[in-house]
Amino acid sequence: MSIKQKENWGSRMGLILAMAGSAVGLGNFLRFPAQAVQNGGGAFIIPYLTCFVLMGIPLLYVEWAMGRYGGKSGQHSTPFMFGAMGKRFYWKYLGVFGIFTNLAVAAYYCYLESWTLSWAYHSAAGHFLGKTQAEVSAFFNSYIGLGTPEPVVFWILCLLLNTWILSRGLKGGVELASKIGMPLLLLFGVVLAVRGVTLTAGVNGAVYDGVVGLNHLWKPDFSSIWDPVVWRNAAGQIFFTLSLGMGSIQCYASYVRSKDDIALNAMSAGWMNEFVEVVLGSAIIIPIAVGYLGVDKVVEMTKGGSGFGIGFMTLPYLFAQWGPVLSAVSGVMWFGLLFFAGIPSSLAMGTPCMGFMEDNFRWGRTRAAWTFGFAVMLLGIPCVLSQEAFGEFDYWVGTISLVIFAIAEIILFAWVFGMEKGWKEITHGADIAVPVAFKHIIKYVTPLFLLVVFIGSLPEIWATLTKPITPQVLMARLLLLGLFAAISGLVYAANKKKVAI
Amino acid sequence: MSTSALLMLVVTEVTVTAFTLYFFWKVLTVPPKAEPDSFEDNDDVER
Repeated sequence: MSIKQKENWGSRMGLILAMAGSAVGLGNFLRFPAQAVQNGGGAFIIPYLTCFVLMGIPLLYVEWAMGRYGGKSGQHSTPFMFGAMGKRFYWKYLGVFGIFTNLAVAAYYCYLESWTLSWAYHSAAGHFLGKTQAEVSAFFNSYIGLGTPEPVVFWILCLLLNTWILSRGLKGGVELASKIGMPLLLLFGVVLAVRGVTLTAGVNGAVYDGVVGLNHLWKPDFSSIWDPVVWRNAAGQIFFTLSLGMGSIQCYASYVRSKDDIALNAMSAGWMNEFVEVVLGSAIIIPIAVGYLGVDKVVEMTKGGSGFGIGFMTLPYLFAQWGPVLSAVSGVMWFGLLFFAGIPSSLAMGTPCMGFMEDNFRWGRTRAAWTFGFAVMLLGIPCVLSQEAFGEFDYWVGTISLVIFAIAEIILFAWVFGMEKGWKEITHGADIAVPVAFKHIIKYVTPLFLLVVFIGSLPEIWATLTKPITPQVLMARLLLLGLFAAISGLVYAANKKKVAI
Repeated sequence: MSTSALLMLVVTEVTVTAFTLYFFWKVLTVPPKAEPDSFEDNDDVER
């Protein structure tokens, strides 16, 4: 049985760009190069690409196939997609993660996104010119410390923009935004990468050539590949970068008809993300930062493995060394690039939440979009007010729940739904031959891989749970638990309604 | 750049770019499926 879609994608290219845009995020430009520097340089690419093949690609196939399968019965969010694949009642509640994660990540991600808008504005206005590096850092600290109302203004602006785009639907909103944003992101990325790599010592105050930074990032330390922490970090990076374990891929794929391809779409979007991350992401912040600050300082600054410090505190200062015009252009390009990387991701977080309300409670698109925007604003307030709450959201939702959800979905797909049926779902209508090895990888290797990653992080989870906490941390945890319970309640109510019908 | 760094960079970036271009080219050249398909923009195109 095929149910008529309420909405459709405009074009295949639009779908791929939206899917790639949901995967490409701030982490492609900030987190990946920092992780590479901290985890063996060029050798990091070995565990990274291994994780991409053994975990990333299989999960892409699984999530696309689950989405298209769920779409056949008119479901665009994971609770009832899971319910359609596994008859036991608890699968629907494991599917709650596919809405919970999106809502909770959007709560702090939209705030991050708003920083990029604000920094683009300050770059264009020349506010970083003449400032020392310490002054730019102080500006950042004052900003996140809410020294002025400006962060709240940009945050609300960003929320309104996201909500407005979502309210315009898939074709006229999400797809259009991706068709504009992705080409601009690629253009800005290429220009900045060329600038980073061609940075010359002695010009505009640079101390080293940009190539020195590139050399440092790619110089392999092969001893690092025997370190389990490096593998865990590589697996984590693959999760973040492909937006796996969130439920947003399933949502986008649920608008694809059952006879249409998903295998080639999955590969095209996934590899596009890899291109942006590996080729462009490695050529911007590290070469520019090393060019001015030297290797040792950059290694020190990337110790947390995020690259946020360099991106927001150091680069504006370094761009300012290039003169007023080039500084403004580079600043707008860099923060514009981060903004265009961020917004398709936050839009992808909105669609499953909206789809759930539209499918199960017969809400209209506009009502669902504005409710999502309002919920994200309410949930985001603790993240705006407290860095500790922000950190809690990021840890429990942006790290742990992704892995739990991914374990659940791959077990459901390969072992409960069944790999034979699952393989048919993946290959049905495929425009490429999917290597049969992935059938076995999906069934055995990926679940094992995910379990090892999860078990490996249990000591850290235990340590996080047992350390003394502040009221802000407690409040954030209670809020997350309350959110999960509330979504579960909605799933229960929707399920009851379906049974009654 | 050192030889090992250059080798890692070239091998990785060529591999990633080649796969990206290959799949992108496939998307552009593969014939569309018969209507009704998942996409609205080509709904009025007769095949």
